[in-house]
Amino acid sequence: MPDTILGQPIDRIDGKAKVTGAARYAGDARAAQPAFGVIVTSTVGRGTITKVDIKEAQAAPGVVLVMSHENAPAQAPFKHEGDRHARPKPQLYEARVHYYGEPVALVVADTFEQATAAARLVRVSYQTEVGAYDLAGSRRLAYTPAELVQGKPDSSLGDFDKGFAAGAQKVDATYTTPYQSHNPMELVGSLAQWDGDRLTVHCATQMVDASHHSIASTLQIPLENVEVISEYIGGGFGGKLPIYGDAILAALAAKQLKRPVKVTLTRQQMFSVTTHRAATIQRVRLAAGSDGKLTAIAHEVISQSARLDEFVESAAASTRSMYAAPNRLTRHRVVPLDMPVSDSMRAPGDAVGQLAIEQAMDELAYKLDLDPVELRLRNEPQEDPEKHIPYSTRKLVECLQKGAAEFGWDKRPRTPGTLKDGQWLVGFGMAGAIRGNYRRPATAKVRMDENRHVTVEMDMTDIGTGSYTIFAQVAADALGVPIEQVTVRLGDSSYPQTPGSGGSFGAASCAPAVHDACMEIKKKLDAGQGPGNLQAEAKSAPGEEFKKFSQYSYGAHFAEVGVDAATGEVRLRRMLGVFDAGRIYNSKTARSQLIGGMIWGVGSALHENAVVDLRYGQFVNHDLAGYHVPVHADVPAVDAIMLPGFDDKSNEMGSKGVGELGICGAGAAVANAIYNACGVRVRDYPITPDKVLNGLMRPANVAQQR
Amino acid sequence: MTVDVGLTVNGAHHDLKVDSRTTLLDLLREHLGLTGTKKGCDHGQCGACTVLVDGVRKNACLLLAASMDERGIVTIEGLGNEQALHPMQAAFVAHDGFQCGYCTPGQICSAVGMLSEIKRGLPSAVTADLEEPMVELQEAEVRERMSGNICRCAAYPNIVAAILDAGKA
Repeated sequence: MPDTILGQPIDRIDGKAKVTGAARYAGDARAAQPAFGVIVTSTVGRGTITKVDIKEAQAAPGVVLVMSHENAPAQAPFKHEGDRHARPKPQLYEARVHYYGEPVALVVADTFEQATAAARLVRVSYQTEVGAYDLAGSRRLAYTPAELVQGKPDSSLGDFDKGFAAGAQKVDATYTTPYQSHNPMELVGSLAQWDGDRLTVHCATQMVDASHHSIASTLQIPLENVEVISEYIGGGFGGKLPIYGDAILAALAAKQLKRPVKVTLTRQQMFSVTTHRAATIQRVRLAAGSDGKLTAIAHEVISQSARLDEFVESAAASTRSMYAAPNRLTRHRVVPLDMPVSDSMRAPGDAVGQLAIEQAMDELAYKLDLDPVELRLRNEPQEDPEKHIPYSTRKLVECLQKGAAEFGWDKRPRTPGTLKDGQWLVGFGMAGAIRGNYRRPATAKVRMDENRHVTVEMDMTDIGTGSYTIFAQVAADALGVPIEQVTVRLGDSSYPQTPGSGGSFGAASCAPAVHDACMEIKKKLDAGQGPGNLQAEAKSAPGEEFKKFSQYSYGAHFAEVGVDAATGEVRLRRMLGVFDAGRIYNSKTARSQLIGGMIWGVGSALHENAVVDLRYGQFVNHDLAGYHVPVHADVPAVDAIMLPGFDDKSNEMGSKGVGELGICGAGAAVANAIYNACGVRVRDYPITPDKVLNGLMRPANVAQQR
Repeated sequence: MTVDVGLTVNGAHHDLKVDSRTTLLDLLREHLGLTGTKKGCDHGQCGACTVLVDGVRKNACLLLAASMDERGIVTIEGLGNEQALHPMQAAFVAHDGFQCGYCTPGQICSAVGMLSEIKRGLPSAVTADLEEPMVELQEAEVRERMSGNICRCAAYPNIVAAILDAGKA
């Protein structure tokens, strides 16, 4: 579609605000004479608080309030039912400790320094109980969850055992993925301010509507008495879907003190007070005939779930739709542990599931002596193999072929360990990518003034994805005005409701609503009204197409790594992803999301690991020095290509989700490249030098390198 | 305990009484309302709070305000504004060198400081020849020297492109 601003790689409309420091994040909100709250967290993983000694803290300079379960105001009770992001989140409501690092007290003082110092003076005593903190060691506690976001926990088709037995080549391997922490750069924090019985909370939340409900219901006050503002959000990745204790505690303290209160988590507290990605143990079994056609696929997942609140890491869900095979089986089990609450982290389920299945496919390709790209091409299904419905759009084959050609896949060494560059063993690896496509109801309000200036309002958020920009593009395109004439206002609960940012559904859900509202304005213009004083609101919602069609976005990753023959250190050398995400609203911001996702994949393959102290259930490396994420030096040439597309089953605008697609499969491509480089298969992520070195020192490998 | 501090921030002189425990970061944000400088870890591990102190890039969270007497600070607000962007700010916008934007003020201040380090001939861990000054700004040097600034959105390839572009000017 030429001559339209839609799809163009225009600069972010909020870019200048972000590069000058003018963009206001939650912690930048101003208030007169705010007090500062610092949270004290539990130092046991399971038990009961026997005493909270606040005498010393209360007497410390500047302290105006110390709150614990002994004096916290009444709130709505914690319950398991209902939308887990919108339901009450009571704080300091009982003596019970559910995990290490759970808020147990709040200290509020005139200054941040005073509150930080006084927080160290709160003495909490516990009756400690033995907790379960070890996923592998507690497997006997595993149970079958009632459901996944994507449907039933288990699925089967044909006769897996028979199909597996019939294969000429087989893989039966177990992959493990560690706990991961979102670690957005912005700390989770809130500023709460009361004006009579009206509360305003500046916080960082991806889902303003859910957080609005959560705050109002916790405090048991009418929804209309609460305003949630989240204009700019310093990264989310799922870690800021809901609000956390900071928002509730700030509101409670502000009410009591009749003064604005700011509560911000420390980086260390982010690991336990907010959510994390659950660790998984995944068994994958694949069998194929000598023709390379899969005869059986099984993907069985065990993941951690907090004993306090269930979350299922649906790692095998997309395996049901990815490759053809007559005999299939998927299973999800969760192990309840006395650990902090797990929840969605960028591409929940898919990100870790494809670390396993896409490495298993690589293992099978080597056993068949088949090009891993070719193995995937030979197992391309004609329809969704388990749901028996057509795909909305699926360009996996094109992604694989285009990626192989652009990357120079034909130069891949066929035998592992044969390509050398000085001290480096060099290898190529690839993986397929699949991510569920979602859409939820959304409402947008659009206004036009007498100068044809257009204003779009939604409670949608921009967590860095480019929401502000693409909705301006949608409005400019629909109304035929220059983009400079469009203002987009997001992140305020007083605007029309949307699902917010999560599950990559933001654009697919909200863009049609913006478009429809603009079309209403256009109708009015065509009828001779306006242009001043025009207003329209439109609600858009998914229809039957999500039941009638199997909806995913797709991709293929190609990576080249170097493995230091002496130390086992892995360095990414270059990486390319080719993606099918339907219509792209802005090729610049979409590419940024995709390469960002790919680099997350590199991090999950090589770096990220929130280590649990199995004695106490604490994430021990709970800061950015101990929890490693990719930095500049880890990231050489990484690029993404977006195939042109239009998926009219996803929504009338033709787009599919982008933000989570890049991470899916990316880590497996790196793992597979490591094998190609040095012949070492590491199935226990992340692939750190110690694990590679162990493999390099195995006799067979030592001989090969000489 | 309070301490008297007289410092210049973005060209404006301030005489302040601060808690001796106050960091430069909290001074900028909470006392002077310069919220462009961000708190990402408060422990010198992320670089989001990078500012220029007498022209040298520093993590503001690791500096006590009390030690800033008679120092000149430049924050992101001092480099440019929306009407008149600093060339580094403009390059970040053009190359989409950010997504959420939270690490961006630190990345930009760090990049400006880094370019002056290169100009002064300061070597890095990847500088091959310590005797020879760098003739041309190199990608590997930028990546190495910028590694103290974490971007969780992982806009790294775009950030490096922006810095190389701005560095040429």
